[in-house]
Amino acid sequence: MSLRERLAAGEFTVTAELSPPRGASAAAMLSRAELLRGWVDAVNITDNQGSHVRLSSWAGAAAVKQSGIIEPIMQMTCRDRNRIALQSDLLGAGALGIENLLFMSGDHPKFGDHPGAKPVFDLDSTQLVWTARTLRDEGRLISGKQVDPAPRFFLGAVENPFAPPVEYRARRAAKKIAAGAQFMQTQYVFDVPAFARWMAELGELGVLDRCAILAGVGVIRSARMLDFLASGKVPGVQVPEPVQRRLRGVAPEDVGAEGAKIAAEVIAAVRQIPGVAGVHLLTAGYEKQTPELLRLAGVDRSALIGQAPSGD
Amino acid sequence: MTRTMAGPPPGAPAGPKGRRPVPYRPRLSARLAYLMQRVLRPNAVNRRFGALVERSAAARKLFTAAERVSKEQLFGCRMCGQCALPVTGYSCPMGCPKELRNGPCGGVGPGGACEVYPEKRCVWVVGFERASSQGAADDLRRLQRPVDHRRWGESSWLNYWAGRDDGLWTGDDGLASPPVLGAHE
Repeated sequence: MSLRERLAAGEFTVTAELSPPRGASAAAMLSRAELLRGWVDAVNITDNQGSHVRLSSWAGAAAVKQSGIIEPIMQMTCRDRNRIALQSDLLGAGALGIENLLFMSGDHPKFGDHPGAKPVFDLDSTQLVWTARTLRDEGRLISGKQVDPAPRFFLGAVENPFAPPVEYRARRAAKKIAAGAQFMQTQYVFDVPAFARWMAELGELGVLDRCAILAGVGVIRSARMLDFLASGKVPGVQVPEPVQRRLRGVAPEDVGAEGAKIAAEVIAAVRQIPGVAGVHLLTAGYEKQTPELLRLAGVDRSALIGQAPSGD
Repeated sequence: MTRTMAGPPPGAPAGPKGRRPVPYRPRLSARLAYLMQRVLRPNAVNRRFGALVERSAAARKLFTAAERVSKEQLFGCRMCGQCALPVTGYSCPMGCPKELRNGPCGGVGPGGACEVYPEKRCVWVVGFERASSQGAADDLRRLQRPVDHRRWGESSWLNYWAGRDDGLWTGDDGLASPPVLGAHE
């Protein structure tokens, strides 16, 4: 079942992330993708994540698709390309058969390995979703010019329910859904009640039946990672006090195990929230952990193990 | 090595901080800003006045300069020429380092700090507060169309009165029927 079909069928869905390598070969990324085979339904191919130069997300997504290991979700940020290049790459993705797209503003270049780069941000993430939907449904560019043929896309967006202004976040998500987002992945969920409030607001706005929400889940693997995430230096990530207390209450060598337990609890908890379609695992670089984490969370993948993705 | 950074487009002014987008705290209270909105509305008087100004290049230049000076001081205006202020709580989105016109990015700090300039407050946090205080938070649900970069340096008020600004944003939240992206409605 493809990602689109699985979400349409209301099956609990798991996505993850792979960041392409800094090098002119996708081989290393494909061997990491192997570790996820059967355990996740689709995988994000990040677009120069953190403003660090990597192999491009369209090439990475094409390589993953061609490998047949897993279904790719091609990420596209607004940081590096103007509307001409973005639309051109959308057509390119369509031609390569890459259907799942995920749009975001992107980290500012200041945080990356080329801080002197020109920040483009010609379109914002809502406008980019809107552009992709218009291209698919109306077969038109922003200019109004027709394209032939129009691409087939399944459109995704992201939201951070925990960043200020919190009261606006559901409405902002609804804008992206109005623009065309069919699935949405969130930033790390550590604060389940706050996430549930955001979900309830989406319900009140009446958008949950047109967009599948995947809750972002990450594992804090060490005291060092906890310090880093809690420092406030990672854009948009907050680790609530109770979670910090719990992780600091165990011996340093046990932080990883406790972190995995917390993540598994979050997965089990968000599953109970009406409207949650699945989880998005923010565990890039630690793909080996994924099976254990899903087992711990009681997510049954037995039907999928050993299966190649369909719909290719 | 040569510098490859693009210079300002022709006719673009240097804003208070140069052309770089930096969050700016509005100097005009939300209440006064929304009152000003009533005065600046494209009514018959404003439309006629705008047309009159546009008849002479010198008058247009003078008017644009006056708009620039006042909006720079009040809102940190960078003269994008297509003012979004009426529907963003009079907090300018072009001061966002990512120039986001449809709401804040996911990197806003716990206290509302801008991700790129942590000593400044996110323009959207400020805008949401200001719009909410005036009962106008629903304006932030409208979808903002892409910026036309040819308009930098132009007078947004003249564009507004002449109707060249029509279609900058959608009439509602766009949920009832798919919003049209281009201005070619």
